[in-house]
Amino acid sequence: MLYLTAALVFGGLTAALALGLIVAERFLVNYGICKLDINAGETPLELEGGQTLLSALYSNEIFIPSACGGKGSCGHCKITVDSGGGPLLPTETPYLSRSEIRSNVRLACQVKIREDIFVRIPSDLMDVKLFNASVEHVRKLTHDTREVRFKLAEPIEISQRPGQYIQVQAPSPEGPVFRAYSISSPAYDINAVELMVRLVPGGIGSTYIHELQEGDPVTFTGPYGEFYLNDDPSVEIVCVGGGCGMAPMKNIIYSIYENTPDRVCWLFFGCRTTEDIFYLEEFTTLAEKHPSLKVIYALSDELIDGQQWDGETGFVHLAVDKHLEANIDRQAFLCGPPPMIDAVMRVLEDKGLAEQNIFYDKFN
Amino acid sequence: MSDTSAWIILVAAVFTNNILLSNFLGMCSFIACSSQVETALGLGTAVTFVMTLTTMINYAIYHFVLHPLQLGHLQFIVFIAVIAAFVQLVEMIVERFSPKLYFALGIFLPLITVNCAILGASLFAIIRNYTFVQTLGFGFGAGVGWLVAIVLMAGLQQKMRYSDIPKPFAGVPVAMIITCVMAMAFMGFAGMVTIQ
Repeated sequence: MLYLTAALVFGGLTAALALGLIVAERFLVNYGICKLDINAGETPLELEGGQTLLSALYSNEIFIPSACGGKGSCGHCKITVDSGGGPLLPTETPYLSRSEIRSNVRLACQVKIREDIFVRIPSDLMDVKLFNASVEHVRKLTHDTREVRFKLAEPIEISQRPGQYIQVQAPSPEGPVFRAYSISSPAYDINAVELMVRLVPGGIGSTYIHELQEGDPVTFTGPYGEFYLNDDPSVEIVCVGGGCGMAPMKNIIYSIYENTPDRVCWLFFGCRTTEDIFYLEEFTTLAEKHPSLKVIYALSDELIDGQQWDGETGFVHLAVDKHLEANIDRQAFLCGPPPMIDAVMRVLEDKGLAEQNIFYDKFN
Repeated sequence: MSDTSAWIILVAAVFTNNILLSNFLGMCSFIACSSQVETALGLGTAVTFVMTLTTMINYAIYHFVLHPLQLGHLQFIVFIAVIAAFVQLVEMIVERFSPKLYFALGIFLPLITVNCAILGASLFAIIRNYTFVQTLGFGFGAGVGWLVAIVLMAGLQQKMRYSDIPKPFAGVPVAMIITCVMAMAFMGFAGMVTIQ
């Protein structure tokens, strides 16, 4: 009897509290219809208040980059809110620099829509679409890296610039999250997207992608990214990649040689051992066809006795330093672990490259 | 049931029986949110507000529902549920009616749900057999006591930024040491009034 009353009382109290909260939510969290103005009237939207700016934009098919699913822990969903966003929250300050705070940059996932709101979104991001695709093939590149090709189903074409990336939706126990991967298929390959994914132990995105089989459906948004390839064929291109940083390089190089077969392009790729090498044959074949392409692979670990290797040894920035002559008009793209990027940046600046001609993406 | 005046209980809860410095309850948010006086003040106010009201609600639930039905042992789980629901409700009300207060206070409210000082105050009021008015005095006093402690701590932390603290002690260790010294200083109030 006592147990029954205990269960009833506790159940009753909890139900009463829950009911109270539901009623309160119904009457209190109701902001009516608010206007969302993007880029000063280009596309004014009317939507229900109370939701976050990020989810409002997503439901209107504007895909701001976001990796954490709106929990305020990745700091990717930065957009400019001109008015109507309320004061800056302490949950945002860790991700914003002083100049960003001054120019009204906010984290879209933390801004709640309570009134008419005016935001500015770069036109690049307005072109981002949600793609439904299926896995066309999966290829093992090294012991932990795979090449995965997605065939687009809806929409059927993608327009990307070499060096851009997509965000793949991966399931997680706390709801879907998005993980960014550079596109490795060239820009003229418009019906598919190819990625190069290294398995990170315990990583949500890479584990999901490594478990994909041919024919599996996938969803992603894209393209994102601020790499701009200089179209002037007299400017040399320098690509430096480490690990999975090969993906954008492959895209850049194949895209270049589709249109400008004689453009000078350097590819430096750093890996640890001969086991980590991939795409060397593909690039050597391409270099035979286009002698202006120079392919240099560097191994950072010492060779095991009896191994054959006629490429460079040591860290990749040393190879860059050795092969490049100074003061030539160049544009450089760097992708890889942060220490590699920093070291290569120093070398390139010594060679006379201006900072605005170096694009980089640090893989953490 | 003691017949101490609610005013005395209030003063005692702030000084002699400070819930943080004599019972060491609510330490986690005390250590985590005490780097700036402004934040500490916001969090302290929110704690005071929630503590005053939840001790009263829990008093009513205990004396009118749990005790008559001999379900006193359910107090822990019921009090936790009440506090969690109440904090949610307060958050909604504040957000709706006073955006200004929401930005000053509201962001701390979710932190308070798991602040053990809030549950502690509700339980003390029951254990010590307070009347409703005494509970009101105790709940408010304990909240103010917590606020005083965290604001003092934040003031000290702000000054400490310029001091040369030995490396192994920097951060949380020195905060714990300071809390100890503060607790000892508050012992000076002992004997002024006593509540048990």
